[in-house]
Amino acid sequence: MQHVMKPNRPVGIVGYGAYIPAFRIMSRDISRLWRNEQDLNYLPIEQKSVPGADEDTITMSIEAANNALARARVNPNLIRAIWVGSESHPYAVKPSGTVVAEALEISPHAVSGDFEFACKAGTEAIQAAIGFVGSSMADYALAVGMDTAQGRPGDALEYTAAAGGAAFIIGPAEQAVATIEGSYSYVSDTPDFFRRAYQKFPEHGNRFTGEPAYFHHLRNSVGTLMEEMALKAHDFDYAVFHQPNTKFPVKLAKELGFTRDQIKDGLLVPKIGNTYAGAAVLGLTAILDIAKPGSRILAASFGSGAGSDAFCLSINNQIEEVRTLAPMTTHYVRRSVVIDYGTYARWRTKIIQT
Amino acid sequence: MNKVAIVGTGQTPVREHWELPIRHLAVEALLNALNDNNHAVTPQSIYVGNMLSGALSEQEHLGALIADYAALEGTEAVKVEAACASGGAAFRQAVYAVASGTVDSAAIVGVEKLTEMSGKNSSSALATAADADYETSLGLSFVAINALIMRRYMYEYGYEKEDFAYFPAIAHNNAQQNPNAMFHFAFDKEQYRKSKMIADPINLLDSSPIADGAAAAIVVPLEKARKMTNKYVTVEACEVGTDTLALDNRKNPIYLKAVERSTLKAINTAGMNHKNIDFFELHDAFSIITSLSLEASGFCRIGEAIKEVQTGRFNIDGQLPITTHGGLKGRGHPVGATGMYQIVEAVQQLMETAPSALQLDDASVGMAQNIGGSGATVITTLLKRTG
Amino acid sequence: MDIPRYWRLRNQRYKLEGSRCKACGKLFFPPRQICTKCKKREMEPYRFSGRGTIYSYTTVYQTSERFEKQLPSIFAIVKLEEDVLVTAQLADIQEWAVKIGMEVKMVVRKIYEEKQTGPIMYGYKFRPLIDVD
Repeated sequence: MQHVMKPNRPVGIVGYGAYIPAFRIMSRDISRLWRNEQDLNYLPIEQKSVPGADEDTITMSIEAANNALARARVNPNLIRAIWVGSESHPYAVKPSGTVVAEALEISPHAVSGDFEFACKAGTEAIQAAIGFVGSSMADYALAVGMDTAQGRPGDALEYTAAAGGAAFIIGPAEQAVATIEGSYSYVSDTPDFFRRAYQKFPEHGNRFTGEPAYFHHLRNSVGTLMEEMALKAHDFDYAVFHQPNTKFPVKLAKELGFTRDQIKDGLLVPKIGNTYAGAAVLGLTAILDIAKPGSRILAASFGSGAGSDAFCLSINNQIEEVRTLAPMTTHYVRRSVVIDYGTYARWRTKIIQT
Repeated sequence: MNKVAIVGTGQTPVREHWELPIRHLAVEALLNALNDNNHAVTPQSIYVGNMLSGALSEQEHLGALIADYAALEGTEAVKVEAACASGGAAFRQAVYAVASGTVDSAAIVGVEKLTEMSGKNSSSALATAADADYETSLGLSFVAINALIMRRYMYEYGYEKEDFAYFPAIAHNNAQQNPNAMFHFAFDKEQYRKSKMIADPINLLDSSPIADGAAAAIVVPLEKARKMTNKYVTVEACEVGTDTLALDNRKNPIYLKAVERSTLKAINTAGMNHKNIDFFELHDAFSIITSLSLEASGFCRIGEAIKEVQTGRFNIDGQLPITTHGGLKGRGHPVGATGMYQIVEAVQQLMETAPSALQLDDASVGMAQNIGGSGATVITTLLKRTG
Repeated sequence: MDIPRYWRLRNQRYKLEGSRCKACGKLFFPPRQICTKCKKREMEPYRFSGRGTIYSYTTVYQTSERFEKQLPSIFAIVKLEEDVLVTAQLADIQEWAVKIGMEVKMVVRKIYEEKQTGPIMYGYKFRPLIDVD
């Protein structure tokens, strides 16, 4: 039985856009506050992105989606779905997507709903968009993976929980800058990380997050995709994996036979942190910014709870025309205003305000 | 149209009047005016100038309330609102009523109580003078709007922040001699430089204070005034000009077009020219507004008010004294009352009842100018002494 | 909670939609019913590009209760490239970097939220340009 999914009508990414907030906090500053800098040799990343006090998943989705629309060069009226995947939707009840749709002049002829699947909510939205366009229900669909993740102050997650993400306009393959050749998703009930309703900060299963969660699911999603598409690691020019820290994706890549060279361009976590639903897809935009026509990309997310979506993409000639139509991912990575822990704590509402 | 004269004035000190409700302040000033100069007038109508009684005292319907508490039960009474120009606007209505012959006497009382709730409430209430949809609901405070004007003015005409210290310094100097003023201290340039920023470049010493107070006047036809007393002042003109509420809708945000409009109309109505005007009670809500008022009124060339003030021209002993009783900055700015304080103070100069240190010699024409919002409503009144 | 206002203004707040006089071509933000220039009442919606330069700015240290948690905040009058002025908060910038004349671009940001339980109001702010903007 074939597990890899391919739509009836070939589809691809018609436009893509990244967004990362301007602000950063150094891991060293977090350590100074909570661990007296005793763990400087073990810090999971150098610094992470912090959203401005006036930013949330909705505003950041608008920015990334505007960039995607600029590159797609399609009439927003033709986009028939807006799906925002996030674990930090500003509202528990009220969709993020309708605000994005209104701001981009996509509404009203569209479907919209929020996706939540921890760090793979964005790729989940992409899978849905592939089906939506691939079945010809619509010509274009907008899928966004975006997060403003929160870690409990002093928790290990605080070092990495960051903000950012990417938006993709999925459309017919003949107009695509990157054709989606196949995708595969793998899920199981694995409580490695979760946040209960009404809770501000998540809980995580410590070492459980590694082997039975991250590695198991990614190993299976990527393994199945490659096996069924008869592709080996060396058939890809680039690979990007979910990146909760620097160690996990590097270790996984090695195990799956990918070289450091293949993953280095999509590995943004040391400079911006774990952007959760934005992590794998932001890495993908960084690769789309530089990949030559004809090259092949493997992109795979991981979401706690748990599951993984894996995609095989090939770059088309059109990509050369669209790259400079919006800020590139590296522009956002470089745009770095370092703030102190006090500012960060205030903006992230870690200080109790009545 | 009948010519109109002011036969009495009254005021309360400008203070944080924690112990007094808004009705008491208004009645106090009103009764003082009605009994001024030892003649008791029973007004046929009462115009109350007030901006924020609804928002801050949870009390609208001030007209009937004040008539009742002033023991003038049954008398026509309404509230007039035009933001910080409410006092001037009420005065204009009273002048109309008397000039038209509809009534034989009218009382105007400007009253404001800004200290009833917390300062934050007062800030948001005062901001209702600006454009709610496109300024205040986006987070702009009233001070911020004036700061945007000041920064651009500094940029276009090449001034430094400290250059503006002259205007509040004059106001504070004069206020020291006015027992009804809120502030009785002077300051130097160093204190001005160190003053707390509210909305950069506007600091605390640029800003008129939130305060409570009431000021009142009685107007009658000139013929009637002559029969009543020899102490009266004639209203030579009271003219209104308007402009866009939102600052950014103006062709030139650093020029107060409504000031120009209302001043020209007033001078024209009075058949005067600028040289006839001996002193100018201007609306110095912020230092920058003093500059813009002097320029748009035609007393200084555009961009030059700050050069002129350094010559001493606007000092109490200068050629054109301004804010002779302390202005909004020194006397205080109980918004809806301010326009009436200006008129009361101008009358005091013309009747020679000003505090001795502030009394001008031989002043015969005074100009009072009340501004609502950041220049959206401007009411210019020209008053002349008799004899 | 001024939900009707927020909802009514969404085209202005999200898209900088003003109006254009069909008769004389004059542009307005916010939209108006009658042209202030030719006095005709033939207005059509017009979406501004969102690009402009800083005409004036201020850093605010005191404000109303609704906005005080954002202090200090920077506001500016922006001269849009269509030669219309609009007043808004600046985003992603620190005071020392703001200059009259600097180029800015409109973004949609949170304007304010009604406590923890109320609606979140989004609307235009302006940020400095980034590289390929």
